[in-house]
Amino acid sequence: MSCSRRKFLKSTLSGTLAASVPVSALKILSPSESKAATTGTENTRWGFLIDTKKCVGCGMCVKACKNENAVPYDAPVTRTWVERYVVTRDGRTHIDSPNGARDGFTSQKILDQEIRPEEINKTFFVPKLCNQCENPACVQVCPVGATYQTGDGVVLIDRTWCIGCGYCIMACPYGVRFFHPVFKVADKCTFCYHRISKGLPTACVQACPFGARKIGNLMDPDDPVTKIITTERVAVLKDEYGTKPQAFYIGLDMNVR
Amino acid sequence: MKNHVLRPLWVVIAAVGLLLLVRAYMVPDDFGVHGSGFTYGFHRLGNIDDWKAEKVQYKGKEYCAECHEENVAANNASKHNIIQCENCHGPAMDHPDNPEKLEIDRSRDLCLRCHALLPYPDSARGRLKGINPQDHNPDSPCAECHNPHKPALEDM
Repeated sequence: MSCSRRKFLKSTLSGTLAASVPVSALKILSPSESKAATTGTENTRWGFLIDTKKCVGCGMCVKACKNENAVPYDAPVTRTWVERYVVTRDGRTHIDSPNGARDGFTSQKILDQEIRPEEINKTFFVPKLCNQCENPACVQVCPVGATYQTGDGVVLIDRTWCIGCGYCIMACPYGVRFFHPVFKVADKCTFCYHRISKGLPTACVQACPFGARKIGNLMDPDDPVTKIITTERVAVLKDEYGTKPQAFYIGLDMNVR
Repeated sequence: MKNHVLRPLWVVIAAVGLLLLVRAYMVPDDFGVHGSGFTYGFHRLGNIDDWKAEKVQYKGKEYCAECHEENVAANNASKHNIIQCENCHGPAMDHPDNPEKLEIDRSRDLCLRCHALLPYPDSARGRLKGINPQDHNPDSPCAECHNPHKPALEDM
């Protein structure tokens, strides 16, 4: 078998080029197929609206969430939680969330520190939950395809497929993922997918007496939640991460991280 | 090819074949790229239905009103009308079949979630009526004086 240098270089180059073309690039798409691939066919996109001005920190949402979704009640994990922010006159921000506010806020003490009422500049409660991002970092890092985004924008976890490696827990900029102590898999808020797909509100939305939490369809311009998000001033958490969160906040303070 | 090359080569080919066979049996048919492309849509399609099949625990006030009309009506006429029955009575689940009786949370702690006084005038919490739990009849359950369905004392 003889092979000239010229022939060898030629065949090496053409072989490399041929190998670099993926098979899918040779597929010819019909116009409708290409349109479907680039634009969503869904008419539902779930979004969440949280009004920090209405929240009183009663923690009913956390309690309802734990009962609804079988999150161990006494374990230090929760799918949603409420943070208390107290900004004092010396410019310091005191933040706490005892047990994720499962039992509400009943004490004026913050992390065993007594704060006198006259020192307080402003106070607010911030409920937090999974933002069901449009570009979820957690999904990108899953090595086995156990976590994914549904067509209506909710990020779910396949419990039969999760290997519990914890990559997604590390990847989430919002810290909403945790390791489920019973099922031994990653777990997080699902927007109560079993409820919203039946037309019910999520457990936390239903349990909130003050209407501080609302869920709606961002694709429906007549949805009251969508109307507020499109016509009033709302903010998202950690916008700079580029994850495009779908949980919008009214009255978000710069101290909230 | 010589024997010393062939023998390990067969071992490698057999191992790869075994791997492919195991994979073919282990990976479900509906596992693949769905929805929003490979980056976000690489998953088992059936899992969406698994999540939809989860049981609903909290049924909402309308469900309670089907049998407990009087209590719901009394509650709706009071300031506590914004509170779901199940926030105090626990999730209905399959009540009245299972559980037959719901366990009511009568603890002071439940009321204190909203009514422990916190001096936060700029937050919605500061506008709720509050007490100091250490001073305000510390050893009595709240329901001894206040009817949770009609919390105002003058309505008692």
